[in-house]
Amino acid sequence: MEEIKAAIEAAVPGAGVEIVVNPSVSGQHSLRLRPGDSVSGAVAVAKFLRDDPELALDFLSNVTGVDWPDKEIAEKVKVTRTVTKTVEGVEQAVEETVEETRKRVEPGCLEAVYHLFSVAKGHGPVVLRIKTENRTDQVELPSLTPVWRSAEFQEREIFDLYGIVFTGHPDLRRLLMWEGFKDHPMRRDYVEPDDFEYEPTAHDEVLKRAMAHQAKQKAAETVAGAADAGAGAEGTGVGA
Amino acid sequence: MREGWNRPPVMKPDGEGELLEVAMGPHHPSTHGVFRMDVALDGERVIRLKPVFGYLHRNHEKIAEGMSYLGSMPFTDRLDYLCPLTNNWAYALAVEKLTGQEVPERAEYLRVILGELTRVQNHASSIGFLIQEMGASGTPLMYAFKAREKILDLFEELTGARMMCNYMRFGGCRVDASAAWLDATRKVVAGLPGFVDEFERLLRTNEILMARTQGVGILRPELAVNAGVTGPMLRASGVNYDIRKVGGYGVYNRFKFRVPLGDHWDVYDRYMIRMLEMRESIKILEQALKDIPGGPVMDAKAKLRGFRPKPGEAYGRIESPKGELGFYLISDGGPNPYRYRVRPPSLINLTILEDMCLGQNVADVVLIFGSVDIILGEVDR
Amino acid sequence: MLGEGILKGLAETARNFAGSFVSAERLTTVQYPEQRIAPIEATRDFPFLVYDGADWEAGMRCVACQICEKECPPQCIYIEKSKDKKPDFVGKPQFYPARFDIDISVCMSCQICVEVCPFEAIKMDTEFELSTEDRFGGLLFDRKELAKPNEHYHKIHPTEAAEVDARLAEEKAKADAKAKAAAEAAAAKAAAPAKTAAVGDAAAKPAEGASRA
Repeated sequence: MEEIKAAIEAAVPGAGVEIVVNPSVSGQHSLRLRPGDSVSGAVAVAKFLRDDPELALDFLSNVTGVDWPDKEIAEKVKVTRTVTKTVEGVEQAVEETVEETRKRVEPGCLEAVYHLFSVAKGHGPVVLRIKTENRTDQVELPSLTPVWRSAEFQEREIFDLYGIVFTGHPDLRRLLMWEGFKDHPMRRDYVEPDDFEYEPTAHDEVLKRAMAHQAKQKAAETVAGAADAGAGAEGTGVGA
Repeated sequence: MREGWNRPPVMKPDGEGELLEVAMGPHHPSTHGVFRMDVALDGERVIRLKPVFGYLHRNHEKIAEGMSYLGSMPFTDRLDYLCPLTNNWAYALAVEKLTGQEVPERAEYLRVILGELTRVQNHASSIGFLIQEMGASGTPLMYAFKAREKILDLFEELTGARMMCNYMRFGGCRVDASAAWLDATRKVVAGLPGFVDEFERLLRTNEILMARTQGVGILRPELAVNAGVTGPMLRASGVNYDIRKVGGYGVYNRFKFRVPLGDHWDVYDRYMIRMLEMRESIKILEQALKDIPGGPVMDAKAKLRGFRPKPGEAYGRIESPKGELGFYLISDGGPNPYRYRVRPPSLINLTILEDMCLGQNVADVVLIFGSVDIILGEVDR
Repeated sequence: MLGEGILKGLAETARNFAGSFVSAERLTTVQYPEQRIAPIEATRDFPFLVYDGADWEAGMRCVACQICEKECPPQCIYIEKSKDKKPDFVGKPQFYPARFDIDISVCMSCQICVEVCPFEAIKMDTEFELSTEDRFGGLLFDRKELAKPNEHYHKIHPTEAAEVDARLAEEKAKADAKAKAAAEAAAAKAAAPAKTAAVGDAAAKPAEGASRA
């Protein structure tokens, strides 16, 4: 890992790489291109990884997105502060240690993870990660499709399901959802729309709702062009 | 809904005349399911081809992220529904990498046996479908299904289901194979070379097959590697890369088998590679059935309920009959995976569909597409 | 010669066609539903609830612990716990399901409910001809439709059922032994009331633990 990091830093000037340690027994640690450098340097780093005769990571196996939402962390901090107190009739400044809970919001990001292997040498995986600045407006990442064609559909899928915009991608369209679909379903804060005919294990109120829906549909079929079909289902889904 | 209904017509490159735009699919008999190719044609020649996915999309990954690790196992059966056991295996392997569970030796052998049986029946039916799309409606496919049926009966006897096996578990296999099952398997495996011979006699030297497939849909090795093509497709392009050899998973290093490689990189090579791989699989099966050891099939420490891997991530991959099937898991220590990703070989092998089809005839598109060997359940997930 | 390959292939087809009249090996299909192939023992289709004895309500093994409901991947099980308790097979009072519904059209026959059940109460049936026009009436099974006797289980999965019975018998023997020990301790307690109050308590507790295992 360190060797690859050093090699990248030697070969691509200005590339910032940090090692992300994977605590699991799989031991698949990863290299993260630092956000500041990622836009300019990522493609150069990728080219280097592919073309370097030692590494020869010519085969990009897996590309995927990961969503890390904003996290509110409540932590207890020991704070030392000066308090004015009246001790034995005299006002004094006394230092006091208080434990207080502080909340801070760790900003979230979207992350693209690339698993690289070498067909020529048979080694791998080398895991490459790049993350966006935030989850809302700065979601651009450089596309690695010009370097590895196999990223083409997978980056499209990430664009579709996570909403990462890959600059430099030759044909960035939705892959699995239809054109005109608004949201990004794989994001963790995605809320399923309640507009489809929901039919989980039918009992009690769900059964009643399903029956009502069926009856309504039948009525709509008989009464020409009258019923508003979408209004039937309400309440919450059970799945998710 | 789709944009482009009112789009101006696509003109020929030389500017004289329009191209004909055809939507092949989603209900085209050659597309194995619901899949569409938007093709622009100059006469019979393909000028542009854009695959359109998502008709079978159900967001398998999102479902799995809301479910316990065990709960996703039956859903993996439904990815590539022709090869449920290799899907099980890939998922179990990824979780085992995440947790470091040991798999008992007998379970590893059982996995190899089931994996190779899966490969034989997948390749047989894949060839059957390819020939069916070429116009031989039925006959070769029925030959393939005859052999497949025997293998599926074995699956049912062991796992309880023909296609939705749900058999492997984290740290082993669900039930042990009885001696009777192993004997039955030996009998079926003994009959497989005869089937492959018959299948080969039926087709290999068929002039129509040769005329239709040789020199069609050429995929150059450099492009194949760069585009992440895996499995028989990659090997038919002459690249020696088999995860059973290089990935070092399971107990494949104990068996002697060869990796067949193509040298013309065309559809006929892909057909032949699958034929030859069936023969190699039979070799592995014979060896595995000969030296399968006794012992337990489940890791004694494996937990069924309350399974919570430590935080971390793992990417596990196997050589599935379609190509490299990988599972990428991130655990945050909870009962369900934080991130669950399937690397679908079928989808990624389609990346180069357009490159292979450009300049070919429409009728050849069907063959080239058939030679990729995809299952839409896996492409769309 | 051009066409030789095709002729070879056709010869193969002809061999199979003629062979199907003389060899059962080449005749691979059966005429369902008039003909059926022999059932395979491990086959699973949809779950059912096992009961012991003659009365399905009294003999139901399920104690409404709701583990299967929680683990079921497609969420097709719905259980309501009873208010009162009834004795289970070792005689210990347990809850029972006041309601146990399985939506067969949602169930995907994965067998995970069977695997996670600690009480050997839910098993897989082999009945598959269940198609009906009535979506909710015909495919939403309640506990009466799901309850099938242990003998049925023995009939469809003999090997597995024998193993389960042996395991349950062992458990029952253990529980009986514990109960006997407890009874003896109680008798001893009656004989020497001042001293053995603590022993009686200690004997009663493990018995409770064992019956749940």
